[in-house]
Parts: sequence; C-alpha cells; structure tokens
Amino acid sequence: MIESKHTVSVLVDNEPGVLARVIGLISGRGYNIDSLSVAEVDTETHVSRITFVTLGNEITINKMIAQLQKLIPVKKAINITLDKQGIEREMALVKVVGIGEKRVESLRLSDAFRAKVIDTTHDSFVFELNGSPVKIDAFIDLMTPLGLSEVSRTGVVAIARGSEKL
Amino acid sequence: MKLIVKAQKPVFYTGGGVINSGNAAVQLLREFVRLTGFPITSTLQGLGAYPGDDNQFLGMLGMHGTYEANMAMHDCDLLINIGARFDDRITGKVDEFSPNSKKIHIDIDPSSINKTIEVDVPLVGDVAHILEDALKLWKSNVYKADKTAVKSWWKTIDKWKEKDSLGFKNDKKTIKPQYAIQRLYELTKDKDSYITTEVGQHQMWAAQYYKFNKPNRWITSGGLGTMGFGLPAAIGAQVAHPDKLVIDIAGEASILMCIQEMSTAIQHQLPVKIFIINNQYMGMVRQWQELLHDKRYSHSYTDALPDFVKLAEAYGAKGIRVESPAELDKGIQEMIDYNGPVIFDCVVDQNENVYPMIPSGKAHNQMLLGKENEDSKISDEGKVLV
Repeated sequence: MIESKHTVSVLVDNEPGVLARVIGLISGRGYNIDSLSVAEVDTETHVSRITFVTLGNEITINKMIAQLQKLIPVKKAINITLDKQGIEREMALVKVVGIGEKRVESLRLSDAFRAKVIDTTHDSFVFELNGSPVKIDAFIDLMTPLGLSEVSRTGVVAIARGSEKL
Repeated sequence: MKLIVKAQKPVFYTGGGVINSGNAAVQLLREFVRLTGFPITSTLQGLGAYPGDDNQFLGMLGMHGTYEANMAMHDCDLLINIGARFDDRITGKVDEFSPNSKKIHIDIDPSSINKTIEVDVPLVGDVAHILEDALKLWKSNVYKADKTAVKSWWKTIDKWKEKDSLGFKNDKKTIKPQYAIQRLYELTKDKDSYITTEVGQHQMWAAQYYKFNKPNRWITSGGLGTMGFGLPAAIGAQVAHPDKLVIDIAGEASILMCIQEMSTAIQHQLPVKIFIINNQYMGMVRQWQELLHDKRYSHSYTDALPDFVKLAEAYGAKGIRVESPAELDKGIQEMIDYNGPVIFDCVVDQNENVYPMIPSGKAHNQMLLGKENEDSKISDEGKVLV
C-alpha cells in the first residue's frame, strides 16, 4: 500500500493533558507527526480541535483513528483527507533579508502569491502568506535564493467541504 | 452467511468476548455451534463459553493448544472469530496464520478489527446481538451448511485427534502435574467449582486438563500474565460465591507473590483452596531457557522455598502436602472437605514441560508434541521472540 500524507481532525474535551494523550498514542506506536495545530473551537462546551498530519497508508491511519476513538476525551476523530476530501489551509510568516535586485524580486514574487508585507526595514521583509501547504512550500522554495532567513508556520488546519458537520 | 454455507472446512474460534458479553451470548453461541455442526476451539480466556467436554469442542488453541485445534485453524477455509483478538499466543507466526481461510471477526471494539490479522468480514458489535441476528437468519432455513463437506472435515480432525496431543506418561512414584490437574478436575467437577490461576506452567496445565462447562468459572490472567493474580482473584470469587468451592491452581513461585492475601482470607473467613503445583521451578521460564536458550538456566530454580504446610499453619489455615500419586485423591478430598482456607502443596515431577507447543516464530502446523521432537527446532529468529 502506498504511503501518503493524511490529515486527521480530532475533536476533544479541552482538559489538561488531552493533547499529550492524543499525541502520545500516535508517537507511541512509532508514527511521526508532520504538522500539528490545536485550539479551542467551542468556548461554551470547551471542545478543542486537534488537526495533525502524518505519513501512512490507509489501513494504518484507520487503525490510528480507531485507537484515538477509544480515548475518553476524544469525541470524534476523522481522516479529513480520505473521508471528506477536506480543505486544508496553513499560514506562514516568512522573513527574507537582502538588498538590491533580490529584494525587489522577493517583493514582486510575494505579490504573485498574494502574500502581505507585515514588517519591513531597508534590508528585510516579513511576509504573511495563507494557503495550502503546497503553496507555502512553493513560496519558501522561491524565497530561498533571495535571502530566506526564517520561517514560522502554523501547521495545517482542515475542514470538510459541504454542509455536513463533523 | 453465504460464507458459512459455502464453507468446506469451517472452524469457530471464540474468546473471552463471548463470556464478557454475558450468558445470553454463551447460550446463543452453543445453539449456533450445534446447529451448524462446525468444530469450535477457544482461547484461554474463552474457556467455559462452550462446554469443555462436548464432542464439537477441539480444546484450547494457540501456543499450548491442542494439535487438532491448531491444525484446524491452519487448514480451515472459513474462520469465524467470535470475541477474540488474534493474540500473538494464538496466531504464532502471523504471515503463516491460517493462510487459506476467509475470516469473519465479531468484536465490540473497532480498534481490534484488522489489528494483527486482516479479515474479510468484520462485524463490530456485541456478541450476543450479532449471534441473535445470525441465528434468526440461520433458522429461516434459507441457509444450510454443506453437510458432506463438514463430515469429511471432521474425519480429518478426528485423525489429528488420534495424535492425543495432551497425552502424557504417568508415573507411579512421582506425581505428574498433568495428572494432578486431572484428578483435581475429576474430584471437583460435580461441584460447580470456580478455578483461578497464577501464571506459568500450572496455568497452562489447568487450561488443558481442567474442563470448563460453564462460563465465568475460569479466572486467569492472560495477556498481562501477572504472577500473583490467582489468590486475590480467588478471594474475590469466594466473596461473590460464598458457598461455592473456589480453587486457586498455583505454582510455588507465583503464590509467593501475593501470599500476604492469606491474611485477607483468614480475616474474612473465606475458605479458598490453594492448590500448588510445586516443581521448585519457575517452570515456564525454565522451559523457555531449556528450549530457546540452550539450557542456560538463570534464576528459574528455587532452592529455598518455605514449608508450605507450616506457612499455612502460620496463617491459621490448613496445610496439606502430598508427594506420591497414591495419596493424591485422599489429599484433594481432604482439601475439599475442610471448611476454611487450605494450602495444598502438591509436590510434582520437576522436569515436565508444557506440550504441545508452538515455538516462537513458528506456524500452527509446526507444533512440538513432546520431548522427542524438541531438539533445535527453533530458528534463531524465533529465539529472539518472547
């Protein structure tokens, strides 16, 4: 079976230690997490949404989800990539340092990617960029020869298409 | 259902899930197995769900299961797993586990499905509910088992049975541990007894030679394998069933791990019986050192055991020691008749090992049946497994 990246969304009770339990379950079985993002999404019921990306085939991801569903604080767990053709987005802050033609070129490219300049000095930019992880990867690749200095990414968040609720 | 109809060589493989599901599940299982006429084998934890003395029952399967049960698992074309989890003591070498069968798996826990063995038909739900539906379908008479095929399957199984894989050479001078359990069974079978065990050789012999006809009469530590489990478990069973005979079949090493619970038994007037199969070895450890580690014994022999009779008396219980087969029955009867806790020190042959055995890293059809064929049958790869 082919290994590919899968994005899993997990709804959990926002209680102390819940993230450690979810992540511990996955890492304890020898899987690496490529990306992770967590935040409370319902302030009244204190439900958090954990979105993580990991590498595996369909069967191993399904086993992982079955194990996650056994944890008491886990309300729901779903493979967004496979089951829902979900939409994935990520935000990145990218710092590029340089002068002259390279600096101009980085600004020109950022426009093509619809990145915003949120900080500038005479020899640097900080770009804010939203989009799919692939788009962000492409932007970072382009910035590398133009003086890429530092990157900070939020990790993937994902949601299912259509009217259906998780 | 279609798979059941088509099956030429079917086998039921049932586990503790049937018992946990409750009495309804046990009754439904018995009915379903009898209606189909298929052979049935059980895991360690499932013993008692189907009567141990029934003709359709092949005995326990797995590492120390019977030859016929494991061969049936290996050669079958339909495997119906009800409430079991394809544990590593059951499957042996996973790649060679039941290679030619379609597999049905009934389990209440979705995470058990496809965990170690991929199955063709997963049914997630309570055993009783699923069996109830299955029986309804079966009784609608639309589906019928292939009787001629199943008959010739039974003929094959009967050939395997002739190997008598649980046979052992009895001895006049020393008590064979297998014989001790057999006698214990014969003398207690009419009593609706509750049996608990510790972990080790005595546990496997108890599973092999004590026949369980009712569910929840067999309480043992399986996957966790906790030595010291038997006495506290016996105390619990005795509290739940104050008037029943509760026996902890123990080893001399295991019993010492929770021996302090004798105080609990005395204090709460719980007449638990502790039947120690005493071979002065942590026998299962010794057996593995013997078979897998070129007899490099290490920490498996105890030269300094307590005197169990005096130990019993120190707690205010009764102690009985039996060293010869001739006195065994009398001793067991004395234990049963005594109204109070008893420690029974059954001094047995020190060199017996548990057979049959599927060595680590081997498949079901590569069993060791006894001492004769045990030499260097285990690959280096198998030796590193536990």
